[in-house]
Amino acid sequence: MKRKQFLAAAATLVLAGSLAACSSDDDGANSSSSEGGGGSDATNCTNTIPKPDLPAVTLWAWYPNMELVVDNFNEQNDEVQVCWTNVGEGGDEYEKFQTAIAAGTGAPDVIMIEADRIPTFQVQDALVDISDFGYEDVKDDYSEGAWQDVSVGDAVYGVPVDGGPMGMIYRKDIFEQYGITPPTTWAEYEQAAQTVRDAGGPLFGDLGANVPAVMMALQIQNGADPFTYDTDNPENIGIALNDEASKEVLDYWGGLVEKGLVGTQDQFTPEYIAGVINGDYATYISAAWAPGYLTGAGVGAGADSGQFAVAPLPQWDPANPVQVNWGGSAFSVTSQASDPELAAQAAFGLYADEASLTDGWTNQVIFPLNLNALEDPAFADLAVEFFGGQQANKEVYVPAANAYEGFTYSPLQQYYYDAMTEQLASVNEGSITGSEAADRLHEDVVGYAEEQGFTVE
Amino acid sequence: MTLQITETAPPRTPKTRRKAPKLPLREQLIGWLFIGPFGLVFLAFLVAPLVYALYLSLFRKAMIGGTSFVLLENYTKAFTDPSFLDGAWFVIRFSLVLIPVQMLISLAMALILDMVTSRFARFSRLMIFLPYAIPAVIGALMWGFLYSKNFGPLGDFFGLFGATAPDFLSRDLIFYGLLNIVTWQWAGYYMIILYAALQGIDPTLYEAARIDGASNWQITLRIKIPLITPALLLILVFALIGTLQFFNEPKILRDLAAGAIGPDFTPNMYAYQQAFGLANFNYGSAISFALGAVVFVCVYIFLFATRKRGSFLS
Repeated sequence: MKRKQFLAAAATLVLAGSLAACSSDDDGANSSSSEGGGGSDATNCTNTIPKPDLPAVTLWAWYPNMELVVDNFNEQNDEVQVCWTNVGEGGDEYEKFQTAIAAGTGAPDVIMIEADRIPTFQVQDALVDISDFGYEDVKDDYSEGAWQDVSVGDAVYGVPVDGGPMGMIYRKDIFEQYGITPPTTWAEYEQAAQTVRDAGGPLFGDLGANVPAVMMALQIQNGADPFTYDTDNPENIGIALNDEASKEVLDYWGGLVEKGLVGTQDQFTPEYIAGVINGDYATYISAAWAPGYLTGAGVGAGADSGQFAVAPLPQWDPANPVQVNWGGSAFSVTSQASDPELAAQAAFGLYADEASLTDGWTNQVIFPLNLNALEDPAFADLAVEFFGGQQANKEVYVPAANAYEGFTYSPLQQYYYDAMTEQLASVNEGSITGSEAADRLHEDVVGYAEEQGFTVE
Repeated sequence: MTLQITETAPPRTPKTRRKAPKLPLREQLIGWLFIGPFGLVFLAFLVAPLVYALYLSLFRKAMIGGTSFVLLENYTKAFTDPSFLDGAWFVIRFSLVLIPVQMLISLAMALILDMVTSRFARFSRLMIFLPYAIPAVIGALMWGFLYSKNFGPLGDFFGLFGATAPDFLSRDLIFYGLLNIVTWQWAGYYMIILYAALQGIDPTLYEAARIDGASNWQITLRIKIPLITPALLLILVFALIGTLQFFNEPKILRDLAAGAIGPDFTPNMYAYQQAFGLANFNYGSAISFALGAVVFVCVYIFLFATRKRGSFLS
């Protein structure tokens, strides 16, 4: 009897002990993955590290050809190795990063983020200013506009990789059928849309509520200046979301929706892609990375093969054309990096070698911002298969990228996008006009900014 | 152990029954050791996170100005925040429609399956239960495709009559779209609970009723349903709590219908957005607790209203 009791007690203790061990094991794993510099942590990488004796830097990124990019970097570098994981695209990754910031541990040393999110993380002190870690050496590899998008004030928080100069993708077959030429102004765009509709044709475009960044870019194109923000004065923020320029653009698109000229479908959904393949939309206002994305989603593979072409984005004032940008990412060093200098070395080197860049642009996975690629004649002359051999880079995207002057993003970007999506959905539903949407959006975002302790100007 | 003692105790002294026998200290300790593993897990994974979330909810963190102790300010904010109130009102409305529909369907199916005993009944039982075995994520994604205008069957079906299919992912109809998904997913599970309860009824009761001249309808209404009331109440409480915490399905469908499903669509989604999207863990925790309060009130009202039925909880 005694022996049995003893055994039971012992078993209980062992069980409890193993549970405790489990939890402490987990802690250990987390802290070591955030340490990075140890180099002993190669077990969690998606890639195989060829030189395991070197210190390793952890990286989160989601470029489709990331495996190749990481291998290229590791092969060519003799001081540091990169241990890469893909933890999700865009929002999924930001939510994980956000959690790691709040926890104070668990973030990688280097992280891929879109340029518009940099201020959001910067204001939380989650990113490191890399201007002292070799910035001068690579400064001339990128344009000033590219650097501006990844900077807050004078501090540089990311190494630009790709951008998203915008253009108007259109269906040649539909344009030919209804006898229209690519519109160069937004007024012409509406006329063309009306022509197609009157002839019983498909929708001319789409106002997706879930792509607020496009609306922001189109408003900026019309001279809107949604945010003014500078780290020298981090407590003040300028918000102007319901000025005349912003309202004009929203009213314009609200009008197109009301007249039934454009669709109201959320983009990046199977539904939308099916519509694009099917020729339900005559145009797609999008960025330079779109061909790669669309090809990946199966567009241009069947009857719609070679039917796409691209033209410059329509303008408000053709005398003063303005080029805008949608998307584009950078590599940032996080403040949880144990050796920021080493991490910065990886951030500067990744996706900056010729082999990776060439692979990126030939597959249209990225529109490179690295001038070595951007000024490469082979890049400009590339006959893009998706566009039926059109030299899209030379004709549309490179001029757009060269004329792009950079945006000022704000630390409120996530909230602003969510709020914009809500208002765009109401416009699509027809319950409010574009101007009303702008007013509500402004009020909403200003309220949030004040609650977050900003002084709104 | 207790059983042994009561059995051996003299029958004329019932008092000893009530008093717990005092065990030697060593045996008490052993008892605690047996509870130990559960206790540890319970404290570490349930009590501690709750206490921590409660602690978090008493602070306010702003991008500028940092963290400050605000006591209950987050809660006053939550209960005046239209995002939270609209979300809470949505899930309450949703429960009011969903639960009766779900219960009627599952009860009807359980009663039918209980009466029919053929191979087909066994097959049907499995098929009705099957949706519950499909992970919620996959179920929601699948319905997202079925609702699609371009390649869902609805478009073809309505096209036969020359009509356009309703868009269940639009703002107007998303309520019914979600209603359908959740009913599909859970009715089979509730059916199994009710079916098990029906199987537990002593068949001699039916025999007696039949001898007294009761029809099948009378047996169903007067014997079967009253006897499975505790099971009905059980699934009602499950459904109520589950629906008020609605999260998975709208969160997944949001990828397909961001216009119709905002980030504050239900209170749980709003808490998620605040905590993980906007880095406001404090307010996110407060919303979670505020939702907990709403759930508590709703369940309490419900139990109070049904207390005479001899509920399973009392």
